[in-house]
Amino acid sequence: MSRLSTCFEHLKTANKTALIPYITAGDSNPAITVPLMHRMVEAGADIIELGIPFSDPMADGPTIQLACERALVHHTSLRDVIEMTRQFRKTDQKTPIVFMGYLNPVEAMGYQAFAQQASQAGVDGLLTVDMPPEESEDLVSALKLCAIDPIFLLSPTTQIERIKKITKAGQGFLYYVSLKGVTGSNVLDVDDVATHVDRIRAESSLPIGVGFGIKNAASAQAVSRVADAVIVGSAIVKIIENNADDADTIMNKIAQLLGEMRIAMDHS
Amino acid sequence: MSTNNEIDFSSFDWNSMPDEKGHFGPYGGCFAAETLMEAIETLRDAYKSLKDNPDFQAEYDGDLTHYVGRPSPLYHAQRWSKELGGAQIYLKREDLNHTGAHKVNNTIGQALLAKHMGKSRIIAETGAGQHGVATATIAARLGMECIVYMGAVDIARQAPNVYRMKLLGAEVRPVTSGSKTLKDALNEAMRDWVTHVDNTFYCIGTVAGPHPYPAMVRDFQAIIGREAREQIQQQTNSLPDALIACVGGGSNAIGLFHEFLKDTTVTMYGVEAAGHGLETGEHAAPLCTAKAGVLHGNRMYLMADKDGQVIEPHSISAGLDYPGVGPEHSWLKDIGRVNYVAVTDDEAMQAFHALTRIEGIIPALESSHALAYAIKLAPTLSTDQRIIVNLSGRGDKDINTIAALEGITL
Repeated sequence: MSRLSTCFEHLKTANKTALIPYITAGDSNPAITVPLMHRMVEAGADIIELGIPFSDPMADGPTIQLACERALVHHTSLRDVIEMTRQFRKTDQKTPIVFMGYLNPVEAMGYQAFAQQASQAGVDGLLTVDMPPEESEDLVSALKLCAIDPIFLLSPTTQIERIKKITKAGQGFLYYVSLKGVTGSNVLDVDDVATHVDRIRAESSLPIGVGFGIKNAASAQAVSRVADAVIVGSAIVKIIENNADDADTIMNKIAQLLGEMRIAMDHS
Repeated sequence: MSTNNEIDFSSFDWNSMPDEKGHFGPYGGCFAAETLMEAIETLRDAYKSLKDNPDFQAEYDGDLTHYVGRPSPLYHAQRWSKELGGAQIYLKREDLNHTGAHKVNNTIGQALLAKHMGKSRIIAETGAGQHGVATATIAARLGMECIVYMGAVDIARQAPNVYRMKLLGAEVRPVTSGSKTLKDALNEAMRDWVTHVDNTFYCIGTVAGPHPYPAMVRDFQAIIGREAREQIQQQTNSLPDALIACVGGGSNAIGLFHEFLKDTTVTMYGVEAAGHGLETGEHAAPLCTAKAGVLHGNRMYLMADKDGQVIEPHSISAGLDYPGVGPEHSWLKDIGRVNYVAVTDDEAMQAFHALTRIEGIIPALESSHALAYAIKLAPTLSTDQRIIVNLSGRGDKDINTIAALEGITL
C-alpha cells in the first residue's frame, strides 16, 4: 500500500483528519526546507505538500508567486526538490510527500526521468496545477509505473461529467479547491464546501482534501468536519515572507500555527 | 500523434487542425487549472455553435467592412522594390485598419462572442498595446467594462497606446511581476479570469492559450490571407512566390499564411525577433532556438532553461517580446511548411527607416521585422517574382521608442 493510502487509513482508524501544510521548496532559502519539513511533522502535519518553484505560477496569487521568486533566487530546481526529499527520507520514512507545481519543469526533466528519480527519493504524489486529466495520459502512466500517485484538483465550478473523469484519473487523494480565484484570496464558506465535497464523495471513495482559504485554527477546524484533509498554503508561506531572513522565527511561527490547527482539528 | 510523417501539403485539409482537443500534432491542447476548465469549456461550446452560424458571421463581416474598413489594401511598393533590386514587394496594409493594426480583426470577433455569451466584463493582456487598444475600442462600442493588463516595462515604452486605452474608457493595470512584459501580463489576466469567471470574457490577443483560443484567433485573423490571395491574383494574375510576416505569438502571420498553406508554390517565412542577436541569448526567438514546453495553457516552442523555468525574452518591439509562440506555428515548423527566421533589433530599425523614407509609410516595430527579412530575401529573387509582406501595424505608437534610441526627446 502506498504511503498516502496507509496514512489516510491510519487517520481514519483514529477518527482524525489529515493536516497538510504547503511550502515552496527553497523558500526563503534551500537550507531551511528539510529542517522545516521535519519541524512541521513534529507540529502535527500528516502529509507535506512541497511546491516546485516555477517562474510563471499562473494559478497562484501574489503570496505563492513571491515564494517562487524567493526560491528561484537560489535557482531551486526540480532536481533540488527531489534531493531535498531524499534528505528528508533519511530520518522520516513515514510522512507522505506530495509535489505540487506546474507542468513545465516536469516536462523539461522528462516524465520518465522524473517519475523514476522522484520515486527513488521517496516522493509519493504529484499535482501539476496546469495539467487537467485530458492531457495527462502519458504523465499518469509514467507516474503509476513508479508508484507515484497522480493528484488532481476539483473546483466549485467542476461539473458532474468532469468530476467523474477526474475521480477516475486521480489516486492518493482528491484536492478540492474551495474557492474561485487564485490562492490566498477571499473568504471561506464552509457550508458551500460541504455541499461540493458531498457531490465528489458520491462519485469516489478517495479521501478528499480541501485547500485554499484556510488561515487559522478556526477555519482548519471547520473544514476538518467536512473533509478528509485540511490543506494550508498561503497562511504558512506568508510567515516565511514576513520573516524571510530569520529561520528560527519561521520554524517557530509555522510550528505554532500548525500546532493550534492540530489541536482544533482533533477536538472538533 | 506524429508530426514527422510526410504530409501532402496540396491535398491536406488545413482546416482539420487542430483536432477536437485542440492539438496541432504534439502542440496546443488545453493545459489550464481546473478552476478555469468550466469557463474554457463554455467558451469552446459557444464558439463551436456560433462560428458557422450565418447571423454571427454576417454581423462579424459587417463590422469588418463598416467599422474596421476592410478589405485592407494590397499595395505594390514599387519604389522600395526597385531599390532592393529583386522581387516585387506587396504590402498587406493591416496598418490601415481602424485602431492601426491587425489586432482588431480578432477583438471584434471575440467581443461579439462575449456579447452572445452574456458577459459584461472583458479583460485582455497586451504587449505593444495594439491588442489592448483594439479590445478597449470594441468594449467601448459595446458598452462593456474593460480591464487591460500590461507589463510595467511595456507601459513605459508604449505610452501613447496606454493613453489611448484610457481615453477609450479601459482601466490599464500595470503588471510588476517577473519580467514586467507580455508574459507576465498574460499571467495576471489569467488570474483575473479565474477570480471573475462568472461575468468575465478573456479576450486573448494572439494564437496561443488553451484551446479554443489558437484556433479561434486564427479563424478571426484568416481574413488577412483570404483577401491577400484574391488581391494578388487580381493585380498580378498569379499567386505570390513568398509570404513574410513577423511572429511574436503569431496571430498576424497565421492570419496571412493560413489561406495559402495549400499553395505549395508559395514559400512562407515567419520572422522572429533576434533582439541583440541569437548568439547573445537576448532575443525572443523560440522557434529558432528553443524546444517544446508548456505555458499559458498550451504546449508550444518555449524559451526555458534546463530546469524548465521560462526565460525572460528581449526585443526592441513590445509586441514580439514573448518567450513562446502559437502551437500552430510550432507544428508548421516541425512539418516544414513554414520557414522560421529571425532578424535583430538593428535590422528591424533599418527597415523601419527604409520604408518610412522610401514609401512614406511608418511601420510598427513588430512589422519592421518582417520588412527587414524582405530586405534580405528580395534581392535573391528575380524582378518578376512577388513577395507579400504583412504590414501588421502602423508605427505611430513607436515614435517615442525610436526617438529615445536616437537621443531625441519629444
